[in-house]
Amino acid sequence: MATALAPAGRSIVLPEPLPLDSGQSLAPVTIAYETYGELAADRSNAVLVCHATTGDQYVASANPVTGKPGWWTRMVGPGKPIDTQRFHVICANVIGGCMGSTGPGTPAADGKPYGMRFPVITIRDMVRAQVMLLKELGIERLHGVVGGSMGGMQALSLVSEWPDMVDRAMIVAATGAMPAQNIAFQEVGRQAIMADPDWLGGHYYGSGRAPDAGLAVARMAAHITYLSEASLTEKFGRRLQDRQTKSFGFDADFQVESYLRHQGLSFISRFDANSYLYITRAMSYFDLGEEHGGKLAEAFRRSRARFCVVSFDSDWLYPTELSHRLVHALNAAGAAVSFVELSAPFGHDSFLLDVPALDRVMAGFLGQ
Amino acid sequence: MSALRPDLAIIAGHVVPGSRVLDVGCGDGELLAVLRDERGCNPHGMEIAAESVANGVARGLSVIQGDADRDLAFYPDQSFDYAILSQTLQTTKRPDLVLEELLRIGGRAFVSFPNFAHWRVRLSLLWRGRMPVTRLIPVEWHETPNIHHLTIADFHDLVAKRGIRVERSWFLSGDRQTNAACANLRAEHAVFLLSR
Repeated sequence: MATALAPAGRSIVLPEPLPLDSGQSLAPVTIAYETYGELAADRSNAVLVCHATTGDQYVASANPVTGKPGWWTRMVGPGKPIDTQRFHVICANVIGGCMGSTGPGTPAADGKPYGMRFPVITIRDMVRAQVMLLKELGIERLHGVVGGSMGGMQALSLVSEWPDMVDRAMIVAATGAMPAQNIAFQEVGRQAIMADPDWLGGHYYGSGRAPDAGLAVARMAAHITYLSEASLTEKFGRRLQDRQTKSFGFDADFQVESYLRHQGLSFISRFDANSYLYITRAMSYFDLGEEHGGKLAEAFRRSRARFCVVSFDSDWLYPTELSHRLVHALNAAGAAVSFVELSAPFGHDSFLLDVPALDRVMAGFLGQ
Repeated sequence: MSALRPDLAIIAGHVVPGSRVLDVGCGDGELLAVLRDERGCNPHGMEIAAESVANGVARGLSVIQGDADRDLAFYPDQSFDYAILSQTLQTTKRPDLVLEELLRIGGRAFVSFPNFAHWRVRLSLLWRGRMPVTRLIPVEWHETPNIHHLTIADFHDLVAKRGIRVERSWFLSGDRQTNAACANLRAEHAVFLLSR
């Protein structure tokens, strides 16, 4: 995709420059966001949903780029576990993203897209921008913050850095620190993009070229990590794609190959390659304990929030062990914490898919 | 508190209101809910079954999925006023170590268990020559989660050896409390309040 995909949605320009962990600051900063449900007169019912790596603000309404339903319509909506008849749900595109918030595809002061001139950002920078958004929206305190995967990291960062803002934090399939295996997979994705001759050092905007092949490979590799061996076997096995025999060539003979190619292709039509670089970089830098003298428990000392941590037994990308570490730290900090490892076959993607037990836990935790 | 199982009712009735409590093996959180709603406690639970944890969280309780044999290490020293282990001691791999952990985490510990020396159990074993199946021990030997059956006398021996103090004890026959005399013969069920 050659340019940032700024759809016609709601957005706000932050009134002040955004200070970044790198020491730089970013201005002006646009934050694209969506809200669902009415904000109560006493502003007590706000729930912030933080999106995952390649997610966006369209959590429960149609995505204008893809035309597809919101990415968490099974969880957010009237009568759903995050009930918009009761809660005012806010979801913002992270900075560095490509769905309307300021990112590498946004024009810089010279009118040309930032490209690789965009500063490297962190999870905490993403959260800082959302805190400024909330302030602009007149929301000082959240009934809850909810996030899966990178969204969970943002939720943790929010509770840690702005402890007075949050009453409840729901952390699904996430971690307090990005482990080596995940850093490694994301490096593969970034290298695929940067090895594409059409990446042009990141300044492909307006060139008529774009690192589509590299981005598609990055997506294909990442997509495998979101699934499980069991779900791949169940869905595809060794079945062939639209043919009776192997081609003795390098077409997508197998259904699983065809599926991955489709995933790669549909991804490049909705995502910017440089955004992928910046967002995965932010994830690999995430280590909440490191931000607190090496002790994860210290990150939660000032928090009065209740926590609910959920992992999935088939998630090998963010395995239960990572949630255990988080729960240990929360206990050591004396936090009110619940934890459950749910059984679901879909791997890391379980948090987005049909897992009724997650619905019950979510509704119960937020509803109390 | 009448809806609670008798041993849980005894525990709920003797927890100092407003305490920090950890219920190990909390099931769906019946005791936790009573402690929160009627005793003003700040209760936490640990439960091994994911389904039960989900039920507890759905009730607004703080419940951590975990295994008493392994995951009590989650908790710092003396992080609770009470640690509770009801009807679970006999299912653990190392009851002695679990007891130590309870008193490391909690200032005091409530422990309840079915008494394998109750006269009905003794008679059943004596006359039938088979592992007893009774009201409190309802599952046959090959399916039961109870891997370390114990008697009230065994428990007294263990806590004495470990230097653990028995602050109070309660004995149940059916749903009724019975006195301490010949408890090892007459009680189906015992509840102990322990401390260091």
